Amino acid sequence: MQIKGKVWKFGDHIDTDVIIPARYLNTSDPYELAQHCMEDADPEFAKKVRKGDIIVAGENFGCGSSREHAPIAIKYAGVSCVVAKSFARIFYRNAINTGLPIIEAPDAVERIEEGNELEIFLEKGIIRNLTKKEEYSFEPLPEFMMKLLTSGGLIPFVRKRLQQKGA
Amino acid sequence: MGMTIAEKILAAKAGVSSVKPGELIMAKIDIALANDITAPLAIKAFEEVGAKEVFDPERIALVPDHFTPNKDIKAAQQAKMVREFAYRHSIKWYFEVGRVGIEHALLPEQGIVVPGDLVIGADSHTCTYGALGAFATGVGSTDLGCAIATGEVWLKVPPTIKFVVKGKKQKYVTGKDIILHIIGTIGVDGARYKAMEFAGEVIRELPMDERFTVCNMAIEAGGKTGIIEPDDITKEYVKDRAKREPVFYTSDEDAQYEKVYEMDITDLEPVVALPHLPENVKPVREVNDIEIDQVVIGSCTNGRITDLRQAAEILKGKKVHPRVRLIVIPATQEIWKQAMEEGLFEIFLEAGAAISCPTCGPCLGGHMGILAEGERAVATTNRNFVGRMGHPKSEVYLASPYVAAASAVLGRIAHPDEV
Repeated sequence: MQIKGKVWKFGDHIDTDVIIPARYLNTSDPYELAQHCMEDADPEFAKKVRKGDIIVAGENFGCGSSREHAPIAIKYAGVSCVVAKSFARIFYRNAINTGLPIIEAPDAVERIEEGNELEIFLEKGIIRNLTKKEEYSFEPLPEFMMKLLTSGGLIPFVRKRLQQKGA
Repeated sequence: MGMTIAEKILAAKAGVSSVKPGELIMAKIDIALANDITAPLAIKAFEEVGAKEVFDPERIALVPDHFTPNKDIKAAQQAKMVREFAYRHSIKWYFEVGRVGIEHALLPEQGIVVPGDLVIGADSHTCTYGALGAFATGVGSTDLGCAIATGEVWLKVPPTIKFVVKGKKQKYVTGKDIILHIIGTIGVDGARYKAMEFAGEVIRELPMDERFTVCNMAIEAGGKTGIIEPDDITKEYVKDRAKREPVFYTSDEDAQYEKVYEMDITDLEPVVALPHLPENVKPVREVNDIEIDQVVIGSCTNGRITDLRQAAEILKGKKVHPRVRLIVIPATQEIWKQAMEEGLFEIFLEAGAAISCPTCGPCLGGHMGILAEGERAVATTNRNFVGRMGHPKSEVYLASPYVAAASAVLGRIAHPDEV
């Protein structure tokens, strides 16, 4: 999986209420949710973000609610990957389950600035900062999670498991 | 090597003799739950995996509590989708308005979750059930949708951090103050991915309602679950409620903890968490000049009968400040009825409070008390993030029912002693 895009940078403890405020949770339509992505942190974000762009953030990204609407809003807003110093655990699970690539890379986050152009190699664990001409490494996802992610999330995985059980 | 209560439950549900932190397990679930916001996406996942039937209609709870009674047409559509799924699959624990309550108050009250269970819920505050000595954790909708198809879930065994709470509680210090104090000490990611085991003489003396409050907010420190070893108080609580046979697990003497915090709370005073993180904890007396517009007493954190009694204790014979709206939301119909019979409603009504039917409502900025730009609320809820209760420029201050009630009377953040 290869990812390339421009960086939007955020701080620590970006919670799921900021990613997608509950006032929009009366729908589960992914495109409608995407229109309000990050709204309470940056009201213009959904308009500014371009397909393939990357969110870079600090500690504990996605803390708070279990709403899967959060990774869905990010994914359908066009964001190709979230790089953070750390992730809250339910968000981490939800991102993998819905096929949104996420990377824990605390050192890289320190160096990356808003607007930088990044190229990310998920399996190799490499982030290339094309703007600053730097390279950072990170621990690739465990094999089990990489498999979930590359097969498009948890659903295809469970579908197969159910078929095996039925057979 | 010994195991913690969390590890013992996970081992039992994975069908193995022992587990270690970091291990990935496939575990059988006892109860899976979702609400009117998370169930629609879970139902979509359930259908996408090609499942025809749920794994067990008696092990699934669908609790439409967030935007109900339906706040608008879109919310009504979502609730309808959940209702139709529940009927189609004969889901045993589906609740309609008039019977429904806030999920994390309702399921223990009805004995649907029992000690020893493994519970996953598409709601982050699922960790509340740990107060019963269950392993309960929040997941997303896709996880939940897959789990109700297969009856199992993959989990990573978390390391456990133990909090030994000692000392003597001052008057007006509650489970809410204790958990806020813990979050204030370790931070909102201080227990990220970990199980938080609460122990010590102070926890042992807490009534079940306050134990639920403590475990409820484990997620606010990033915890995977909060858990308390069951004791006589737990057994008494589940005795006439349990719909299934409970199993009482305890931690081994030689269980391995990642960290043990010993906390003496003798000097702890009632506290409040300032915007916009639950870790911004300050003694009430240091911030009692902050004027407020609204007070909310309710939620899965503090909407139980003990909480309403505490609020009533302060409000008895008093009036809500003319500038303040006080909204009281009993968490379930049973609590509602009990509060009415005990005369608590008379106290609230005389004071000038509004009493709502059970709903999560304002806690997550859904309905029933949304804040305007620049408004401030003291709430017994669990999160004070930006925009949590309404306008992105509104503010939420988290506190106990005592502090919330005192603040409603004085129109500013107030210590119960001041009323």
